Amino acid sequence: MFELIAQYPLLAALFALVGLGAIFGALLGFAAVRFKTEGDPIADQINAILPQTQCGQCGHPGCRPYAEAIAEGEAINKCPPGGEATIQALADLLDVEAIPLDEEHGEEKVKSIAYIREDECIGCTKCIQACPVDAILGAAKQMHTVIASECTGCDLCVEPCPVDCIDMIPQEETLQTWHWKLPELGRANVDIIATDSLALTAETPAQDSDRAA
Amino acid sequence: MRKIFDFHGGIHPPENKHQSLGEPIRDAGIPPQLVIPLSQHIGAPSTPIVAVGDRVLKGQVIADANGFVSVSQHAPSSGTVAAIEERAIPHPSGFYAPCIVIDCDGQDEWLPHRGVENFEGESPGDLLELIREAGIAGMGGAGFPSAVKLREKPGATVDTLIINGTECEPYITADDALMRERAADIVAGADILRHIVGPQATLIGVEDNKPEGILALQAAAEGTGIEIVVFPTKYPSGGEKQLIEILTGRQVPSGGLPADVGIVCQNVGTAVAVYEAVVLGKPLISRVTTVTGEAVARAGNFQVLLGTPMQYLLDLAGFEPGRNQRLIMGGPMMGFTLTDTAVPVVKTSNCLLAPSPAELPAPPPAQACIRCGLCAEACPASLLPQQLFWFARGKEYEKLEQHNLFDCIECGACSWACPSNIPLVQYYRASKAEILQQRRDHEKSEQSRIRFEARQERLAREEAEKEAKRAARKKAAEQRAQQAAAADASEAEVDPIQAAIERAKAKKAAQQQAAGSENEQEKLEKAVTSVRKRLDTATGKLEQAKAEGSDLVDALQTGVDKTRTKLEAAEKALADYLAQAGKAPSAEETPATPPTMSAAEAAIEKAKAARAAEAELSPEEKARKQLESLRTRLAKSEKRLQEGREAGEEDKIVNALEATVERLKEKVSALESELSEAENG
Repeated sequence: MFELIAQYPLLAALFALVGLGAIFGALLGFAAVRFKTEGDPIADQINAILPQTQCGQCGHPGCRPYAEAIAEGEAINKCPPGGEATIQALADLLDVEAIPLDEEHGEEKVKSIAYIREDECIGCTKCIQACPVDAILGAAKQMHTVIASECTGCDLCVEPCPVDCIDMIPQEETLQTWHWKLPELGRANVDIIATDSLALTAETPAQDSDRAA
Repeated sequence: MRKIFDFHGGIHPPENKHQSLGEPIRDAGIPPQLVIPLSQHIGAPSTPIVAVGDRVLKGQVIADANGFVSVSQHAPSSGTVAAIEERAIPHPSGFYAPCIVIDCDGQDEWLPHRGVENFEGESPGDLLELIREAGIAGMGGAGFPSAVKLREKPGATVDTLIINGTECEPYITADDALMRERAADIVAGADILRHIVGPQATLIGVEDNKPEGILALQAAAEGTGIEIVVFPTKYPSGGEKQLIEILTGRQVPSGGLPADVGIVCQNVGTAVAVYEAVVLGKPLISRVTTVTGEAVARAGNFQVLLGTPMQYLLDLAGFEPGRNQRLIMGGPMMGFTLTDTAVPVVKTSNCLLAPSPAELPAPPPAQACIRCGLCAEACPASLLPQQLFWFARGKEYEKLEQHNLFDCIECGACSWACPSNIPLVQYYRASKAEILQQRRDHEKSEQSRIRFEARQERLAREEAEKEAKRAARKKAAEQRAQQAAAADASEAEVDPIQAAIERAKAKKAAQQQAAGSENEQEKLEKAVTSVRKRLDTATGKLEQAKAEGSDLVDALQTGVDKTRTKLEAAEKALADYLAQAGKAPSAEETPATPPTMSAAEAAIEKAKAARAAEAELSPEEKARKQLESLRTRLAKSEKRLQEGREAGEEDKIVNALEATVERLKEKVSALESELSEAENG
């Protein structure tokens, strides 16, 4: 044996490599069984990014199924409620190119919530069955109402209503939801105060000439 | 002398404070109308407790605190409530918000009020309640409810109370004026705050550009143990975290509160408000506001009622609209532009700046960032502003958080230092707001996800239950079909052994059926007794109701009637059943005594049976007799059925009667055929 190896040094390398391959193969095989992860962690991560509107505009019955489909390789631009931000986040997560929203599945709209005109409601419970997040309250032949804080604005209750008494009301900006907007590039924003360094230094150049320089 | 520390960064913008310090504090007087926003502080807006048309007195509560982090609002002067409606408020958004509008009557009539004579005899809790009721919110600019800030935090011991007299922002002199003219009130307020908080040291921190204020404070604080600490002027020393570092050398941890390092901070204006609330019993209804800038002829400080329209104040100061291009609430570094001069002075309005265009021109267009690093040198929070700027532009919110964007105090030092005029703070404000919005959205989407999943689970469970039921039904049907098939097969089978087995089975089945029919009898009996019981109770109730003369008598009567009919039906069903059960096997044997509902009938039947037996009739005769009796019964049953139908009885009863008639008819025909056979045979 040794003689043979001594005679053909190439064999030594061959044996060593095959041996290493076998050992690591066995190790990896064991690890794959021993540390098997349940479920699909990628789908979970994708699901965490999706807006959970459960509107079905992507063509899947809810956000979770779409997350699973994305994990299987479906396009990431089919979620209008999530819009560009969601596409960007998905692109970052999956390390793919961010693509513009697929208009086929709808446009990015202002967030809105459903409102039932209660005196027109006939109590048919059809919208209750359609609501994916159980955000509509009511009983047969009783007036129904939307729990505004739970409504995702998915639109799914509007279509089944036989008397068309559900409106989607866009959520307006209030004092509580208002916030500063990013400055537009290349445009002087006159509302900003703290940038007046030139003015201040111009007025009293003696004090701050070193800083202005 | 206390050791003074320094904080990183900071800038030295021109102070421009002398313009408004030429005159002592002037009283702005009573404007014709006051507008009190319901939200002048951080936290929940207060709830109005007056109605339109009510007359209110000066100092009267007009809106109650709503929740823990909230304060109440008071009428700043006497008058009538003209409206409770949405008005423009001093907010960077320029939005409208609910306000209480008071038409002043000019009498300035106070609600009777009285202070606490000896505050040292009061518990801190009571004093905090007084401060809360007086509607005091931080007067330095943020407007955080003071009582909440002063309340003891569990697990945090406060060793230092700091009164903030820094006022580092250019142009503003409201606190300076207060220190010059009302140093005694500040010290008295600090004394009360010290009693509430119980610190080892109480410091009043003042920048060295206010020598008159420092002298006045030192004179007032003589012998009180309250220390006046003077430190070099630098913007933004007045920031809470910066002031704490200057005075104590301690740094408030990222995301933490001053209480985490054993410190509570209050503004000098708040100290005065506390003094007035506790000692004089006056709620927070006015404040000192600086009106300055080149567009006002007589810049100065005004003691102004909260709710006074800015326009009124500007007119007092000799505002020249032609020289002004924008109006700013707050200072030039951290203030914001007002869109409307009708907005009122609120608890946090420390300055109203009306600069001329030459004084504060519109910022020149932003240039590209040249990575000079001046902003990082200027940042008092030791952040990397240029890095934050790139991330903010790229909307990399995660990176922004990693670079501690939330430690930014939005002081504007970086923007001021930037040679490219980039509105850096604006980027940070927008990014902070966007991150908070995303957090809220994420919370909501998480909630939706949980609800969606719960719903899916529920639907799946319901479906599974239905499926299980369906499967059970299917199984039962299959079993029946199998049995039927087996029975068919046995008929077709000629094997004698198999036949014997089948016979045995059939016998068993018959026995079982007999047992079953007994059960049937029991069931019927049970039904009769239960219905009888119900009838008894119903009758009892009816009688009671009658005795009491209740309105329910009618309803009860119907109920009793119904139960009675039911009882009759049940008894009849039982009787019929017994009759049938008794008759069926008695075709060839002695006629059984069919138990019937009436004793008389039973007697007749018995008598008949006896006679029949006496006569020792032939089988044919017997059968004939039976046939006859059966026929009479059939006729009776038919009559009953007819009656039942006419009376519109329940379907159940009619059906039962029909079934009885059918059975009797069958029996009659069977007997007839038997008889004819016997005669023929």
